[in-house]
Amino acid sequence: MTPKERINGYQLVYHRPDTLTDNPTHYCPGCSHGVVHRVMMEVVKEMGIQDRTVGVAPVGCAVFAYNYMNVDMQEAAHGRATAVATGIKRVLPDRYVFTYQGDGDLAAIGTSETIHTVNRGENILIVFINNGVYGMTGGQMAPTTLLGMKTTTSPMGRDVVTMGHPLDITPLIAQLPGALFVTRHSVHTPAAVRKLKKALRLAFEYQPLNKGTCFVEVVSNCPSGWKMTPREANAWMEKNMFTAYPPGDVKLPPPGLN
Amino acid sequence: MSPVQRTTTLMKGNEALAEAALRSDMDAYFGYPITPQSEILEYLIIHGPKRGSVVLQAESEVAAINMVYGAAGAGARVMISSSSPGISLMQEGLSYIASAQIPCLVVNVQRGGPGLGTIQPAQGDYFQATKGGGHGDYRLIVLAPSSVQEMADFVPEGFRLAEKYRNPVMILSDGALGQMMESVQLPEQGSLPKSIPAWATRGKPENRERNIITSLFIDPERMEQVNIELQKKYAAVQSEARAELDRTKDAEIVLVAFGLAARICQKVVDIARERGKSVGLFRPITLYPFPTDILSRTADHAEHFLVVEMNAGQMVEDVRLAVNGRRSVDFTGRMGGIIPTPEEILQKIESLTVSTTDQALQGMP
Ligand SMILES: Cc1ncc(C[n+]2csc(CCOP(=O)(O)OP(=O)(O)O)c2C)c(N)n1
Ligand code: SF4
Repeated sequence: MTPKERINGYQLVYHRPDTLTDNPTHYCPGCSHGVVHRVMMEVVKEMGIQDRTVGVAPVGCAVFAYNYMNVDMQEAAHGRATAVATGIKRVLPDRYVFTYQGDGDLAAIGTSETIHTVNRGENILIVFINNGVYGMTGGQMAPTTLLGMKTTTSPMGRDVVTMGHPLDITPLIAQLPGALFVTRHSVHTPAAVRKLKKALRLAFEYQPLNKGTCFVEVVSNCPSGWKMTPREANAWMEKNMFTAYPPGDVKLPPPGLN
Repeated sequence: MSPVQRTTTLMKGNEALAEAALRSDMDAYFGYPITPQSEILEYLIIHGPKRGSVVLQAESEVAAINMVYGAAGAGARVMISSSSPGISLMQEGLSYIASAQIPCLVVNVQRGGPGLGTIQPAQGDYFQATKGGGHGDYRLIVLAPSSVQEMADFVPEGFRLAEKYRNPVMILSDGALGQMMESVQLPEQGSLPKSIPAWATRGKPENRERNIITSLFIDPERMEQVNIELQKKYAAVQSEARAELDRTKDAEIVLVAFGLAARICQKVVDIARERGKSVGLFRPITLYPFPTDILSRTADHAEHFLVVEMNAGQMVEDVRLAVNGRRSVDFTGRMGGIIPTPEEILQKIESLTVSTTDQALQGMP
């Protein structure tokens, strides 16, 4: 875009990068997914790597990511995104490969693939959307659902005795030697979005160094699953989700890496 | 025939298959240890990487088949192998691969089941292999080797069929064929041409639309169209049906058997002929597509069919469909990893001939 671009006399200062399609998304109003898509595709655009990027989106609300991200993509079975990404990356080691997974996908049905992919240090980027529920199937309990949180399958609130503890998988991932860069973000304020974008840029830039897996968690909202307005959802997220899943870097690459 | 004689080597079935894969320019192999096929992974991990093939031991068969989906979706020539319980774990992945129409080669070196079962050879996975196996209306193309030579030959052939039809192909073998040593002529290196498919996800250049590999077609109209496309493909695949006919022309009783069971039946035919009985052998080489027409033509002249399997009677259903009530079809088999002996089968033949004589006598005034 040139800064001079004008529409009906107005100067265009913000528009869709061509790494995003112009399909309207199916996401609920106020949902984090759309923002994360946009930020990721801005990074792909700014780095000029659209022709070398392959994405994997598994089952979950973002299974249709390929309708919006204008890069080559494979849809994966529930939980198997990092295995699919491993297959792609192993045969195309010079491509930028990423997965985009929900908490149910990454931390319940796909836990084994998640841990082993990072443990092998596959040179891919894992984007982890932690919204504390199963969005796509209608708001059931997820591994990351907080204690006391009501979902359709924890109608009285999640209790430890019968449902176990919320699973904070990110620090576990950071312990694996194959993990290069592990960081936790959100997209509920413009400042948070800018921070996430910086982290995603770094994560993509690290990939050709072949030093291990980059893991970017985005603590997200799910207004529909949480039965809140977008504004309430963001406030609730800050108050409750951030306590259990505090944003910040969890593991940084060794100094001098680039 | 090439004027240059290919060298003959003595090899285990599993190793011949693995070497044939490398000679077929396989780009990647994903596996997980399970008896009786671990030699495939062990052979490839030694010889694959230095000959340009990715070889990876996955954390499970579930992960392995999804690695296949990723790598084959990126346009690579990919093989995976396992034995019965591991193949069960792959069924969801195979359904996705079949729906997304991605070529790959799957090897099942069967063992006895159900459950954890036994490590001895069996043919109990015929239904799973030929009727779909996972969810939804899809088929694998299934090849049934009955020698170490065919373990090797069916690798390039499997890749060729997979790539031609954009469909997963399965080599349905068993523990005995995987473990036995026989002399084998291996395929020439580079004899199978390779090209990068236009649909592969390798990064979107500016001048083409993005490539999407998916099995998600949420709109039922579209999903039905995809199903119709698949069914058209399976109809076209029927032309690939193959069978080997051994002394069936003048045979009164035709044995029908595949894989290892067919090897035993060859011996049975030899002995029966020595004893003056006109017995022949019909060996399906493709289990899907099942050689229905060829078998139906055999039923024009053969009086009786005896299906011999190392299971409780699975292929016999396809034989009955092909014969379509025109002739009697009997079954004999052993299960759970027991290989039937020629003598057992001969006894069954004997009982058939006795009962038909009885019938003939009953018809007398
Ligand atoms: C094998 C299998 N089991 C269950 C499902 C149903 N299913 C679809 S999405 C989903 C949960 C998704 O939740 P999450 O990964 O947290 O993503 P979100 O929808 O919240 O973005 C489930 C259980 C499925 N598609 N496949
Ligand atoms: S259900 Fe939740 S995660 Fe899914 S699109 Fe709606 S708000 Fe977003």
